[in-house]
Amino acid sequence: MTNWNVILSIARTHLLTKMKSTVTASLGVTFGIGAYITLVSFMTGLNHMLDDLVLNQTPHIHMYNEIEPSAAQPVSLYEKFDGGLNKVHSIKPKQSQLKIHNALPILHYLKDQKSVKGATPQLRSQIFYLSGSIELGGNLVGVDIMEEVRLSNIQDNIVEGSPEALRNTENGILLGSGLAKKMSLNVGNRVQISTIKGTVFPLKIVGIYQSGIAEIDNVQSFANLKTVQRILGEPENYITDINIKLYDLAKAGPMARLLEKQFKIKATDINEANAQFETGSNIRNIITYAVSITLLIVAGFGIYNILSMLIYEKMKDIAILKATGFSGKDVQLIFMSQAMIIGVAGGVFGLIIGFFLSRIIDNIPFETEALPTISTFPVNYNPGYYVIGIVFALISTFIAGYLPSNKARKIDPVRIIRGT
Amino acid sequence: MATVLETKNINKHFKKPVNFHVLKDISFKVKDGEFASIMGKSGSGKSTLLYILSTMDTEYEGELFLNEELITGKPHKELSQIRSRHIGFVFQFHYLLSEFSVLENVMLPAKKLGSKTYEEIEHDAMEKLNMLNIGQLAKKRASRISGGEKQRVAIARALINNPDILMGDEPTGNLDSYNAENVFQIFKRLKEEEGLSLLVVTHDLDFAKRTDRIIEMEDGKILS
Repeated sequence: MTNWNVILSIARTHLLTKMKSTVTASLGVTFGIGAYITLVSFMTGLNHMLDDLVLNQTPHIHMYNEIEPSAAQPVSLYEKFDGGLNKVHSIKPKQSQLKIHNALPILHYLKDQKSVKGATPQLRSQIFYLSGSIELGGNLVGVDIMEEVRLSNIQDNIVEGSPEALRNTENGILLGSGLAKKMSLNVGNRVQISTIKGTVFPLKIVGIYQSGIAEIDNVQSFANLKTVQRILGEPENYITDINIKLYDLAKAGPMARLLEKQFKIKATDINEANAQFETGSNIRNIITYAVSITLLIVAGFGIYNILSMLIYEKMKDIAILKATGFSGKDVQLIFMSQAMIIGVAGGVFGLIIGFFLSRIIDNIPFETEALPTISTFPVNYNPGYYVIGIVFALISTFIAGYLPSNKARKIDPVRIIRGT
Repeated sequence: MATVLETKNINKHFKKPVNFHVLKDISFKVKDGEFASIMGKSGSGKSTLLYILSTMDTEYEGELFLNEELITGKPHKELSQIRSRHIGFVFQFHYLLSEFSVLENVMLPAKKLGSKTYEEIEHDAMEKLNMLNIGQLAKKRASRISGGEKQRVAIARALINNPDILMGDEPTGNLDSYNAENVFQIFKRLKEEEGLSLLVVTHDLDFAKRTDRIIEMEDGKILS
């Protein structure tokens, strides 16, 4: 029979009378867990931010017509040359349209798919921004702005004005922030644009778009799909790109392959487009975990040391406890409960300290041109990390306490008492 | 008269550093209410025998009976139970837990046994302390009292579960003559007033002479 009251009261007395070692051991755990929480919150916060920065700008599947040479040149179709060594010099890309054939039915089809969260049409066109006699080359993207807001983080990137303003203004444009700066334009001003064919159109600036990536902000602007179609003089089914957002990111690859076959069109999925990026975040995650596990193991060794010392000091007490009727298991439980008390107290304090450090980091100003929506360092308050933290604290203190306490269990009282 | 403790042909070898036959065919009995002492020179095996009798040492051949029940071969867990219920032990050194108060030290074995409520244990512990004239020390830390007082606390602790037999390994060995006499008087009173059986290992001939029976040991054998 285990008498927990007695065991815990002995454990408590030991801990309280050896306050210094208790505090040291607990602080070891506290700092280990605190550092782990801080580090993991901060690192994953950064990782998330970087992921969002790139990934949210990329649709899960992007469909467009690729300008490329035909895979099979006419000569290879001609039977008489079959088996011969045919060589074709200066192959040119296939004559084809930029627009997606049957774009509207494809869009309808996609929107009916269960796994698709949404599909948005886009019309990308090369244009010039006119500023006096200066022409700046760039793109104008025609979008269904409210669908974009629903499916991507475009709203975060509109630093002035609003998506609603674009929807409500037929001749509106969301001007790239780099362009706005170059041409000294602001919301409410007008900007003249010229198509490649030479037609000039005035558009009203209803917002400024800043993605954080300078190469985009210096060339790209957004307008309503219909406006761009009108500027280019194209009908309503003229669509060059379809962006698809899925419910499940993992399905992007297979679905892209399927769409390519089904519609004879180029479809790239998010993983293809961001392969190196994925590698980067994986490596950052590995580093985060390697550092945190090291911290926790160091904390574990601290506990192991202090408990070993404590047991060495208490050798006589252990012997006398055994002589007065405590079993080896009772003695082990006494030291195990000390370890676990240290683990729980240290772990909980560690979580609290980790949380406060995260709060502090969260409030450090971090302003950068590249990230318009971010004003302080990003921190991830995922409760999962706190659970991992406390669980690891308990496991490591359990192991660190188990080994010395097992030694205490095996101590032979006769040998200690007789001093041999 | 009932037998409290009985050994039959107990043999023990020390395996390290060389094989050494410490106890040779030890057979004797301690009767209920008897005050026996074991005497002998250093190395005669008397302490070794006592630790076997206390059930703490289990590496021996032969049979040990407590209250006419065979103890030999029982698992460690059961032995701790038997030890706390039936045997009180007083060592040469007091071995009190220095961080605990005197009262807590005395109460500990009873708390472990858990057959009484906290209040009963506290009451019993105070009673034992008062009986040994150290009731006024109850709240003091065990590390803050004198040597003679510590040994009396250790006796109170050995008595808390009302054992059948009290064993002592040179309980007066570390005490001055005044305190040694005091401890002897306590033992005698326990035997006379409470009918407790006592088995004490000692070097002190004066002490041994005044007990009911002297068991003399030499070279691992009982002489008389």
